[in-house]
Amino acid sequence: MRLRASQIAIERGGRRLCSNLSFELGKGEALIVVGPNGAGKTSLLRAIVGLLPLAEGSISAEGGDDEASVGEQAHYLGHADALKGALTARENLEFWAALLAQGGSAKTPLEALKRLGLAHVLDLPVRALSAGQKRRVALARLLAASRPLWLLDEPLTALDEAAQRLCLDVLREHLAGGGLVIAATHAPIGLAGASELRLGGAEAL
Amino acid sequence: MTTAAAALYLREWRIARRIGGGAEIGLVFFLILVALVPFAIGPDLNLLARIGPAILWIAALLSTMLGVDRLFQSDEEDGSLDLLLTARLPVELIVIVKCAAHWTVSALPLAIASPLFGLMLGLDAKALALVAASLAVGTPALTLIGAIGAALTVSLRRGGLLLAVIALPLTVPVLIFGVAAASAASDGPTPFLTPFLVLCALTLLSLGGAPFAAAAALRHARD
Repeated sequence: MRLRASQIAIERGGRRLCSNLSFELGKGEALIVVGPNGAGKTSLLRAIVGLLPLAEGSISAEGGDDEASVGEQAHYLGHADALKGALTARENLEFWAALLAQGGSAKTPLEALKRLGLAHVLDLPVRALSAGQKRRVALARLLAASRPLWLLDEPLTALDEAAQRLCLDVLREHLAGGGLVIAATHAPIGLAGASELRLGGAEAL
Repeated sequence: MTTAAAALYLREWRIARRIGGGAEIGLVFFLILVALVPFAIGPDLNLLARIGPAILWIAALLSTMLGVDRLFQSDEEDGSLDLLLTARLPVELIVIVKCAAHWTVSALPLAIASPLFGLMLGLDAKALALVAASLAVGTPALTLIGAIGAALTVSLRRGGLLLAVIALPLTVPVLIFGVAAASAASDGPTPFLTPFLVLCALTLLSLGGAPFAAAAALRHARD
């Protein structure tokens, strides 16, 4: 699929965060959104997934599932992990796999957790996990249900160095498999070949 | 779509069973409300038997409103609501499934336990059956109406009271016909079937309307 944003503007609480923003992203391409706090990185991701209405412009996807909206073809990993503490990692992943699945080949919860080095927490309630482990379970969700576009908001938060490398490997595999990645970070994450979109530069000066 | 809806129902049910605060607390709250009334009114069994159905209905109404405020809020807090909105499941259906799970876990036990609590109020056997039947049919409407309030107050941290203020006035028709059907036995001449059928109609009406209202409120709350 190909994601195209043309001339979009985003407003939040009456303040214009960005305007006249255009970009295109094709198969296997990654876009890193950088900028200081409050520059609108999260708002941009939420606008792409359809959770925040655009003030101007449009975002469209071509060559994907024509009946699905952009948001329905995207995995959104926000600041919150969207995991229920009372349920085990397996139950959380099975639930999201059933809800977000699109028919493509996806990993089982065990395989997804194994890929992120967390196979041993499969049947533990999520509330017993550390912040970094929860983040990795949330990342495993991206593998447990197959969707082409990944929108990641600070994906490396709370992860230790080994887990960060693991996460970047998973991103590279997704890109190699023809997926799309848009990641918002305040620090560079070292994904080779990714283009960069800088937000909030003008206001910062 | 069916598997997704079933998965959502199962998840809601599991969370409610594990966290607690669902069925058991609702039942205990129901019991306390019913037990408080004789203390306030006095031990006049004839009076209690006459207003018993109304007491049980008010208690069920308050217990339902007490539990329904977390219906969407817990999902909003941990980010699940954002993801639910990106699922290929209509938001209206998500509301219906969540209400169905909430009803099975917290309102259905009230209807089942109501004959037991009715005994404490001196209701006779026929009245007990009518109260249970009217609660079983009427409580889905209460849950669905409560869901509108829960969706409207989803982003407020302490929206519980506001929810009651929004939703309770909307439940007045349900309460009127619920109590009318439930007290048909003790009031003699009033028929049972007419208010009972109106109650069924109100439940169907809220099933047709409330999911759309709640879904619109949820979408709007995302901005």
